[in-house]
Amino acid sequence: MSQTAPAARGRSMDRLQDALPKLVLSPTIAIVAIFVYGFILFTLYLSFTDSRILPSYNLVGWKNYENLFRIRAWDTAINNLIIFASLYIVICCALGLLLAILLDQKIRTEGFIRTVYLYPMALSFIVTGVAWKWFLDPGIGLEAVVRGWGWESFSFGWIKDSDMAIYTIVIAAVWQTSGFVMAMFLAGLRGIDNEMLKAAQIDGASTFALYRRIVIPQLRPAFMSAFVVLAHMAIKSYDLVIALTGGGPGTATEVPATFMYSYTFTRNQMGIGAASAVIMLMTIAAIIVPYLWSELREKK
Amino acid sequence: MASAPTTEVITTGTGSPDPVGPHRRFFTADGLARVTIYAILILFCIYYLLPLYVMVVNSLKPLSEITAGGMMALPRQWTGAPWQSAWSTAQVGVDATGLKPYFINSIIMVVPAVALSTIIGALNGYVLTKWSFRGSTLIFGLILFGCFIPFQMVLIPMARMLGLMGMAGTVPGLVFVHFVYGIGFSTLYFRNYYAAFPTELVRAAQIDGAGFFTIFWRILLPSSGPIAVVCIIWQFTNIWNDFLFGASFSDFDSQPMTVALNNLVQSSTGVKEYNVHFAGAIMAALPTLLVYVVAGRFFVRGLMAGSVKG
Repeated sequence: MSQTAPAARGRSMDRLQDALPKLVLSPTIAIVAIFVYGFILFTLYLSFTDSRILPSYNLVGWKNYENLFRIRAWDTAINNLIIFASLYIVICCALGLLLAILLDQKIRTEGFIRTVYLYPMALSFIVTGVAWKWFLDPGIGLEAVVRGWGWESFSFGWIKDSDMAIYTIVIAAVWQTSGFVMAMFLAGLRGIDNEMLKAAQIDGASTFALYRRIVIPQLRPAFMSAFVVLAHMAIKSYDLVIALTGGGPGTATEVPATFMYSYTFTRNQMGIGAASAVIMLMTIAAIIVPYLWSELREKK
Repeated sequence: MASAPTTEVITTGTGSPDPVGPHRRFFTADGLARVTIYAILILFCIYYLLPLYVMVVNSLKPLSEITAGGMMALPRQWTGAPWQSAWSTAQVGVDATGLKPYFINSIIMVVPAVALSTIIGALNGYVLTKWSFRGSTLIFGLILFGCFIPFQMVLIPMARMLGLMGMAGTVPGLVFVHFVYGIGFSTLYFRNYYAAFPTELVRAAQIDGAGFFTIFWRILLPSSGPIAVVCIIWQFTNIWNDFLFGASFSDFDSQPMTVALNNLVQSSTGVKEYNVHFAGAIMAALPTLLVYVVAGRFFVRGLMAGSVKG
């Protein structure tokens, strides 16, 4: 696709014109090379060293990784991530699909409703965390309110309960993102050809069959996108956990992102922190790389 | 907000804006079904609005009304005191400065970071589409991947790098970090937008003797308004809402709003002033909410850009 200036122009001019685009792109290339890939390599290297408070360059082989998987808190973090990510993805997709299908029924105030469903995406996870933290707090929030209404035995103390606290993070995260997933599915629905559906309907297919057989299969790309977005957000989730539970009670809601931060910066186990970051990167790469690959190749 | 909820942005050109297309109506026309649909939709409106209601209502009532179990009720006694406290007197970290200085930090941080990353993104997008060369798709892929890495991977070396550059714990340091990791998305937006821009126009201008920058300035830039708005809104929302970089690379006096809000809520040693927390939370949310209300169309477009391929 490379373009050359008209032949009439001078040779040096030609060269300059040829080099200019690359010259303009080069600062970005340098920045990405250093601050993305260079830093990745640096952290990767640290994960094989005995770094503590400060980076050290003493290689210790796989020791950090071995230790990492022996640490209870990491175990908790991984388990929590699995619970959180799967519930978060499934609920967001189910809710998003339901709302999108309902909104696709010639709803009169659709624009307004869409705006309401999507506004949480504009908020910081910290704001979301604060709102839900106090709303779910048994002392002043939902539990206290319902009891005040007369249902004395009502109890909802998940956020203070080690076994249930992780689910409160799912609740808040779903609240924040499900509207976005709805918008993705809605856009997908709008891309489906009406004629085919009309024909199927005339043939006597029930509404349910119509959606199950024709509509939902055509939403595959939207599902793919939603999955990639949600999975990658789940793995990175840090702010929400910090604001909502602070990783507690105890370490009950520790996730890999909070683990990495506390081991690196407060517990001075930089080597182990780096190792945990590497594992996070690997997990995300396993999802993102094939996706980027197929997307960019398709384009050609 | 989510650092990068836009993976699917990747390919498609201008991106589909609001999903408007063939609305359909397959649930049979009988009244009951319609009523049920509306009921469900309204129920979910309440669900999404509830936390906002809780924040607003409780930021306007005295603390005693909240602790007495009246979180869902309207204030019996309306008061602006929590707002005043959150803004200028609340204890954030060590000092009783309120959130005001941190709000200002966030503004000083956001404006240059957004401007820089948008300008660079526009130039990159121009090169990658109208002057693409062998390997430019690969380069784009490599830039793009940088958007999705867990930033935990760069925290340690970035902390050292900022130290070496003498920018550790400063607002300019944060500007730099956000600029660097904002380039990926801004490049993505402009690349996809310019990909749909007729290349013939560029060729024609070239034959007329226009150079690289002239073409960009005279031909592409004038029609870049919409994507620039999308990009600016996206970067603004992301950078304003960032917490991880703010928490990692700022000192007490350079903290952005999100970090200060979190400190306010987590570290209050004495009585927990829920009403002040809610007022602070709204303050932190207000700029991005305002942008959403005013230019929601562009925000959604940024989120969705190209998510749908059929």
